[in-house]
Amino acid sequence: MSGVEARLGPVDQVPLGEGRAFLVGDEPVAVFRPRGGGLYALRAICPHRGGPLADGLTDDEVVMCPLHNHQFSLADGSCGTGADGVAAYTASEEDGELVVRLG
Amino acid sequence: MTQTAERPDLEQSGSTKRRLVVVGNGMSGARAIEEILARGGGEQFSITVFGDEPYGNYNRILLSEVLANPVGETVDDDEGELFLNPRAWYDENGIDLHAGVRIVRIDRHARVVLGDDGSVTPYDVLVLATGSRSFFPPMEGMWKTDTELTPGVFGFRSLDDAQAMLKYVRGKSSAVVIGGGLLGLEAAAGLQAHGLAVHVVHPTEVLMNQQLEAEASKVLRSKLEDMGMHMHLGVKTSEILTESGRVSGVRFTDGSTLDCDTVVVTAGIRPNIGLAMVSGLETQRAIVVDDRMRSVDDDAIFVVGECAQHRGEVYGVVGPLWEQAGVLADVVTGANPDAEYHGSRLATKLKVAGVDVAQMGVKTPERSSDEFVQFSETGRGVYQTVVIRDGTLIGATLVGDISKAAALTQAFDSRSALPEERVKLLFDLGSAGDDTSAADLPDDTQICNCNGVSKGDLVACVHDGAETVSACMAATRAGKGCGSCKGLVKEVVEAALGGEGAEDPADSYYVPGIPLDKPTLMAEIRARGLTSVSSVFAELAPDGTEHVGSKMGLTALLRMMWPDDFVDERDGRFINDRVHANIQRDGTFSVVPRMSGGVTSPEQLRRIADVAEKHDIPMVKLTGGQRIDLLGVPKEKLQEVWADLDMPSGWAYGKSFRTVKTCVGTDFCRFGLGDSTQLGIDIEERCKGIEGPAKMKLAVSGCPRNCAESMVKDVGLVAVGGQEDGRHCQWQIYVGGAAGATIRKGDVLATVDSHEEAMTITGRFLQYYRENANWLERTYDFVPRMGLDHLIGVIVDDTEGIAAELDARMQEAVDRYVDPWAADQTESTPGQFHDALPLVPLPQVPVR
Repeated sequence: MSGVEARLGPVDQVPLGEGRAFLVGDEPVAVFRPRGGGLYALRAICPHRGGPLADGLTDDEVVMCPLHNHQFSLADGSCGTGADGVAAYTASEEDGELVVRLG
Repeated sequence: MTQTAERPDLEQSGSTKRRLVVVGNGMSGARAIEEILARGGGEQFSITVFGDEPYGNYNRILLSEVLANPVGETVDDDEGELFLNPRAWYDENGIDLHAGVRIVRIDRHARVVLGDDGSVTPYDVLVLATGSRSFFPPMEGMWKTDTELTPGVFGFRSLDDAQAMLKYVRGKSSAVVIGGGLLGLEAAAGLQAHGLAVHVVHPTEVLMNQQLEAEASKVLRSKLEDMGMHMHLGVKTSEILTESGRVSGVRFTDGSTLDCDTVVVTAGIRPNIGLAMVSGLETQRAIVVDDRMRSVDDDAIFVVGECAQHRGEVYGVVGPLWEQAGVLADVVTGANPDAEYHGSRLATKLKVAGVDVAQMGVKTPERSSDEFVQFSETGRGVYQTVVIRDGTLIGATLVGDISKAAALTQAFDSRSALPEERVKLLFDLGSAGDDTSAADLPDDTQICNCNGVSKGDLVACVHDGAETVSACMAATRAGKGCGSCKGLVKEVVEAALGGEGAEDPADSYYVPGIPLDKPTLMAEIRARGLTSVSSVFAELAPDGTEHVGSKMGLTALLRMMWPDDFVDERDGRFINDRVHANIQRDGTFSVVPRMSGGVTSPEQLRRIADVAEKHDIPMVKLTGGQRIDLLGVPKEKLQEVWADLDMPSGWAYGKSFRTVKTCVGTDFCRFGLGDSTQLGIDIEERCKGIEGPAKMKLAVSGCPRNCAESMVKDVGLVAVGGQEDGRHCQWQIYVGGAAGATIRKGDVLATVDSHEEAMTITGRFLQYYRENANWLERTYDFVPRMGLDHLIGVIVDDTEGIAAELDARMQEAVDRYVDPWAADQTESTPGQFHDALPLVPLPQVPVR
């Protein structure tokens, strides 16, 4: 899976402060755009019970899974509430377009 | 050895196996065989069973249910429940069953039993389980011949008795039951169910005197009388009157008579010991056995059940019988040759004519030092007592309400320590935390049942350096599920911290990310004119940092504070509030349209059905709030489903006003005092979708029967003292009730005279709650925190002079209401309804 890169279209598909899910290769990826700036990408599925992370509330540091409130670091996917971590990917903006790299 | 030419199969198997013969095929005989088979007895013994009833063995406890059957229905083998073991069971286990054969003598020297069919059967081990029979007191008119009862007179002991009675009572009008013990009352209830007027005659004032003392019996009596049974207590029957050979009445010892066409005699039971007596075994009240359940005269003969007398006791209920059968089987099979039976402590739980009764141990205190706790609520037909000796439970009686029977039985059996406050044995007082000191709980005690956190986990957390309750909760997620364990979590952590109860200032914050309590936070927000979540973080959070767990609470607060000027940042909402539906475990959503007061129509139902079919809705379910839930709707189909439903949102997803449950009130109910349906609809139409610190569930009941369960709602109204027209009753308004993770009966906030006043007070209370409750604080915590007197003062008596403002602000919220389903038919944000897990199989919820 590593090395896969996808250009996903305009960045503003992801509303400020929210997350949206995309498919990069076969990997479901949740992309977040915190109000404090930056773009972040995590595997879209909560490792705890499969919750949709793109539907979670976020702040500048973490996303909170909507099913059982586990919190994952946007930067590295680690969990601060006792569940397994989730894979973290690279998201960036290039020419107004959202780009996600796996691995 | 005596040959048994008529049973060559026995002879054959007898060559390799010892011969076990069981006389009696009732519950105890069959149980003994089961226990023996369970210990490998099938390999050791060829088993022969004699039963003088021509059936497989059946469950006598269910005889009263046979009696409750439709008249004339015969018992067949596929009923399953009545027959403990069908005949096939005997075949499968290689047991030779001789139903209908009576054993008339045991030749103990030859070790054979002699049957009334002339058979001679040898044994190596003999089990007597002959049970007991009805006792018929000597009385004129009882018998037609030496062995045949007068037509119309019945015992109530065997399947034959029950069936004969069933056949006979067709078209009969009245019955006298002689003997008001357990069996008698069951027979009485059965006969009453067949439409007969039933009279119970009992020689003492105490019904069921084997199990109950006088007070308990009185409660039972009045319940039975309420059901229409006639009681004749302290009275004896002297004669059964007959007319042309059939029962026509009874005469009492005082000379008075009572007409009837049926008599059932349940004046006690007598162990069947005739066989043992003629065979030379020691009998007193029953066959005397030692601790290994053997006859004291013969090591090859075991006795079990109601025909056994052990250490002076003869038991007539199943519990001891099971224990005896276990010991017997241990000894007979050699599984534990030293097994001993030491008698049983009796704990029984029965349903007497529909009334629950549980009894264990002694009925009343026996020594002056015995403690006696007594609770009586005769109106509801509830009576409860416990007897305690030296700190141990030695007896309990529960009539009408036996919900504590399991806990009491446990305390009774284990002789465990009892709460200091004895009344707690009968009632749940306060939270679980009150009962046991948190420090005394074992480490593996589960504290948080939602997230599976044990006491040990919390204590470890403290040892790892956590200094506050909230730190432990954050690290273990204890208390983060339903929240009902929070109090206990606090106690455990505080105990682990050395009882100092580390004060965590964060506990008083409205949301964890802004270090202010609610009144201060609101004052700051108002003073600075902050109308968006992001501006609140920027101005009031430490370093202006956003906090994920605070957004939802701030959004709700700002929406309440600024009905017109709130800046709606969608990222401040939980997913449910972004898409106006409740997220399910597989990432799909549930859709619940508003159905005010739980009233719907054929047209509406048809539309819902059409939508469910069109969109392949996997589950359509009625909710607890009297609405219809369409479950399993993918996010991207929500708008289409709403459009097809063409109904408004029911807000079953928000921290908001949910529903008003109603009963049918005066429209159809013949007891209704007030128009609860209309009041419920009016309240729901007015307050629909109003957001708050937590969800709000309401109910309106049209009379104190309280069918809408108003006492356990956030706000519950009950009509009292009304007139026929249904608009002039009074409404009692309960607040702070709950029946979910927490149970709390609401407190009466006010009793008002009109529909309009009820609407006003309800709205005013809800507004006060919205403005003053902490985030996620339900009314059941809010009401006790504020104090009922304070609430009555502010809301009813207007002691603070804010009633008009509260009303105005509630009205403002009502006036601004917009149906979110209609509003969001076009996307409010890009990709609002896009699937959050594209092309990935979800953890599927099974479709029913």
